[in-house]
Amino acid sequence: MTIKFNNVYLNEVATSCGPYEKKGPLGKMFDKTYTDLYCNETSWERAEVHLLKDSMKLALKKNNLKKEDLDLVISGDLLNQISSSSYAVYDIDTPFLGIYSACSTNTEALIIGSSLISAKNIKSCMCSVSSHNMSSEKQFRNPTEYGAPKPKTATFTSTGGASAIISNTKSDIKVESGTIGKIIDLGQNNPLDMGAVMAPAAAETIYQHLMDTKRDADYYDLILTGDLGLYGKEILKEYLQKEYKIDISKNYNDCGIMLYDLKEQKEVLAGGSGPVCSPLVLYTTVLEQMKKKKIKRVLMVATGALFNPNFVFQKENILSIAHAISLEAI
Amino acid sequence: MVKKMKNKKYEEIVKKHRPDENRTTNALIAFIIGGLIGALGEILVELYIMWFHVSQAQASVFMIVTLIFLASLFTALGFFDKWVTFARCGLLIPITGFAHSMMSASLEYKTEGLVYGIGSNAFKLAGTVIVYGVVSAWTFGMIRLLIGGGAL
Repeated sequence: MTIKFNNVYLNEVATSCGPYEKKGPLGKMFDKTYTDLYCNETSWERAEVHLLKDSMKLALKKNNLKKEDLDLVISGDLLNQISSSSYAVYDIDTPFLGIYSACSTNTEALIIGSSLISAKNIKSCMCSVSSHNMSSEKQFRNPTEYGAPKPKTATFTSTGGASAIISNTKSDIKVESGTIGKIIDLGQNNPLDMGAVMAPAAAETIYQHLMDTKRDADYYDLILTGDLGLYGKEILKEYLQKEYKIDISKNYNDCGIMLYDLKEQKEVLAGGSGPVCSPLVLYTTVLEQMKKKKIKRVLMVATGALFNPNFVFQKENILSIAHAISLEAI
Repeated sequence: MVKKMKNKKYEEIVKKHRPDENRTTNALIAFIIGGLIGALGEILVELYIMWFHVSQAQASVFMIVTLIFLASLFTALGFFDKWVTFARCGLLIPITGFAHSMMSASLEYKTEGLVYGIGSNAFKLAGTVIVYGVVSAWTFGMIRLLIGGGAL
């Protein structure tokens, strides 16, 4: 389903990140960076809250807003009961919607916020996400100091927080439309190959978006997926071509690959992942290029693997979903 | 039926793009490092016999304790996980892997306190090894008792 938004604009954004992202090719573009994964806190979970809070406070500051000016905060993360978001938003003291859509949380937040603004129910809203490599490893996989060997297809949960303020106040970037994805299952069940799990969800959402808006793939200067990684990217290109006859090879890239230097940073394997992976790329290099008018139209398709270890141990497949948001430079 | 076909078709695309895992190199590294750990153990046993004038059985216990201590210390110092990622089964199969799994879990959950953290999570990874180690020891002991009468 695609929703067209009226009078919704992306205002200033803010990002914070950990050491691995800082070392990557976009390292200088983030608003706040840390050289230590603990980010001056005492646990991985608190570190994630810290990063998210940083991005929220910076986003308010960059927009010259006080917290009373905000109508709503929509936020999500990977931890159980989306607790990082709750603890971070508590200080902001505004109405709060907590959402979970794994690594596609950011576009889900933007779609919900934009709909409310478009319907004139609210004037402004902050959409935030966070993830932390260590807190995710601890919750979903093994203890962080355990050196479990991983295959090349595994992705690396990125560390950081990202917040964007969307409102009816005009800016350079218009939030044009959003497509809400469906849950997809093509029989994949390997938690160390999330690219293969999520690629069909991205394909379905891209197809649906182009159908609903009656556009061709080359209408967009850039189509971005969230965190398919090196191998998922190739799978998506071939699958879209074969199954939907859509060719995106010219204007397509993946945020998981753009966030790190895959040649130098071997530890990230197939690339970055996590809810914060796509906004860390979208809100830095992509927005900058849009503001400089180098690219005009961007379709951000954030992909999420709705992964629960218990269900996978019970031999269920991993489900996936993708939500898309279309941004236009004006 | 249609769904199965679709899954199969998709699996073919996934397979095509799946990278090879250098199994031969990994096995070779594991073989060499595992062998070195074995050799180190043997050297330690010989040294302990020479230094402390103990029996072979006692020296073996000292050797195991030494390896467990080193693996735990290196895990706590934060670089053993990188060694394990490189050597894989070369360090995971010997007693060093067992120590590494317990130490890493204990370190990870120290933030949740002594009882709900370290106490209940130290065996998160090692628990499986202990349970099935005891079960298989019992099974093979029983077989030996029934067939060979228990005598060596």
